[in-house]
Amino acid sequence: MIVAAVNAGSVDQVFVLAKHALLARTPDALQPLASAIISIIPLLVVFPSLFAITTVLERKGLGRMQNRLGPNRVGPFGLLQPAADGIKALIKEDVVPAAADQLVHFFAPVIFVAAAFVAYAVLPIGRNMVLVNLNAGVLFFFAVGSVVELSVFMAGWSSRSKYSLLGAMRAIAQMISYEVPLVLASVPAIMQAGSLSTVDIVNAQAGYTGIWPHWYLFTPWGIVGFGLFLIAATAESNRSPFDLPEGESEIIAGYFIEYSGFKFALFFLAEYLGMFATSALGITLFLGGWSAPLGISLFTVVPSYIWFFAKLLGFICFFIWIRGTLPRLRMDQLMGFAWKFILPMALLNIFVTGLWRFLPASPLNSIRWIVCAAVLAAPCVVLSMSLKQKKKLLIRTYHFAE
Amino acid sequence: MTATFLILAAITVAGTAAAMGLRNAVHCVLALTAGFAGLAGLYLYLGAQFVGFTQIMVYVGAVAILAVFAVMMTHNPGEPEEIFSRFWVWGAVIAGAVFLTLARAIRLAFAPADATPATPAPSTTVQQIGDALMHRYVLPLEIIGLLLTAALIGAVIIAMDPKDDPTLEEDAE
Amino acid sequence: MTPLEGCLLLSALLFAIGLAGTVTRRNAILVLIGIELMLNAANLNFIALWRYGPHPEALTGIMFTIFSIAVAAAEAAVGLALILAAYRHFRTTNLDRMNRLKG
Repeated sequence: MIVAAVNAGSVDQVFVLAKHALLARTPDALQPLASAIISIIPLLVVFPSLFAITTVLERKGLGRMQNRLGPNRVGPFGLLQPAADGIKALIKEDVVPAAADQLVHFFAPVIFVAAAFVAYAVLPIGRNMVLVNLNAGVLFFFAVGSVVELSVFMAGWSSRSKYSLLGAMRAIAQMISYEVPLVLASVPAIMQAGSLSTVDIVNAQAGYTGIWPHWYLFTPWGIVGFGLFLIAATAESNRSPFDLPEGESEIIAGYFIEYSGFKFALFFLAEYLGMFATSALGITLFLGGWSAPLGISLFTVVPSYIWFFAKLLGFICFFIWIRGTLPRLRMDQLMGFAWKFILPMALLNIFVTGLWRFLPASPLNSIRWIVCAAVLAAPCVVLSMSLKQKKKLLIRTYHFAE
Repeated sequence: MTATFLILAAITVAGTAAAMGLRNAVHCVLALTAGFAGLAGLYLYLGAQFVGFTQIMVYVGAVAILAVFAVMMTHNPGEPEEIFSRFWVWGAVIAGAVFLTLARAIRLAFAPADATPATPAPSTTVQQIGDALMHRYVLPLEIIGLLLTAALIGAVIIAMDPKDDPTLEEDAE
Repeated sequence: MTPLEGCLLLSALLFAIGLAGTVTRRNAILVLIGIELMLNAANLNFIALWRYGPHPEALTGIMFTIFSIAVAAAEAAVGLALILAAYRHFRTTNLDRMNRLKG
């Protein structure tokens, strides 16, 4: 394996080689433990740093979209804002309501953060760079993701406050509704790769025909599946436009209203980590993981982990963009969208994937493309027309700004 | 009897005992979740990866949430709660008798000279499980599908409030 | 004590705990949870015997457990729906008070 690693470019495999060098120096008995620790520490360092960068990126980005500057006091252009936020969160008093259930109130953020971190174990960050290559990797990811709902409930219920309980019920209803489409949207990628292991799925997409990559995004079922996955991932992370459970203007902070200081920071961290993890899974399933977009040597010489983080940054910017652009969905609109549109489209997508696999691959895949796109587009149009509201949209008039 | 097994067994037994013994129903369900997680750990320890992850996804992620929602929706703070029935002694006696009978049967089944060499964990891949589901166990798979559909529709209809019945009125979506 | 014996004793203990809870608790939901615990104890039995049994490559234990989990989830859903409907009528989940069949 070391020979293959060196052949694939030393810069690409620098972390793998470093780990092997470190392991060669540890005594034999401690090697499994040392291997685990050496693999885990970069995860614990990199993703919270990415979280810190994302907070400042989001605030400045949202500010610009809303025609204002973001934070610009701390450091050059406000880029050291996360440090200030972190210090504030750490030194704030930890207020726990007297009527709250102390044990459950304490454990809710702990479980949330633990589940968010554990989900990174099966995501391949670069070539040969996955923490654990589980045979049922994608199933593990979704199983850990479903623990998050329990912690949301614990947070909301233990605070013994009406706002937090209401926020928790809404959040759980939303998360459960969008978990089924999330899983179903990822089934086509699993079907095509023939394995639940994330490493196998990425390796199946890492080839090139000419310069064109084998990403699953460049297939009709891949486009639709990716779109559905993106919508469901936005809803699972309680991001706008699905952030009714925690919208500040609606329900003040939903289920973490009674948390202050470090526990609030933990919830914030866990939510963003969950967002990164789901984005990373989307990258793994549809965007080819760590493989470069085009097969030209200019792109393939760039290390695999750089591509992974570039795609992840693209996702983050997309989420921030959507947050600044779209208005919030109402609860019934949210649930109706999940059960009446996303779920049928996800089931249809699975059927179309089977169709794609069994249709003949003509030159440029033209027959497959036309048939599959038609089978996907017609029900999409029909469903969206049947779900449209009966209200007519009028020309917008401004009452006071004449 | 490795340390891993003993720790996982302790978590499971503590969680389930708390689930059946605590006063507050929501605490019971949360302790039950710990018990389910311990069981999932045991399945992983025994080498059944797929079943372990399915246990977490279905039991911790769905059944526990369902139970918690049901507890919250049927919460009546006004009534005095008796948590155990009047005849709890008999219940404990029966459960104890069942456990002692089973334990004795298990003990007797394993003669002391039965120290079989530890078999290596069978490496089951999801591929094999999928093959088995689609070839040998396809009939139970389809029946389970029908069962789950019937349970889904039935649960929605049973739990639906009569005043929410959509066949009675049609409101704007 | 072999590992198999340990697993079987553990599952017997879980079954007894579930049984004790089902028989003595008065909240209908907790009775249902006791039943779920008994099903889980049986699942543990299946997996333990699959692992240490003669033919683990036949996957019988795993298959049965998967189907058992699915059936238990369906049963929990329907059972909780029934409890909700009964609560709407009796205004309580205490089984001692649900002692009339006439509405």
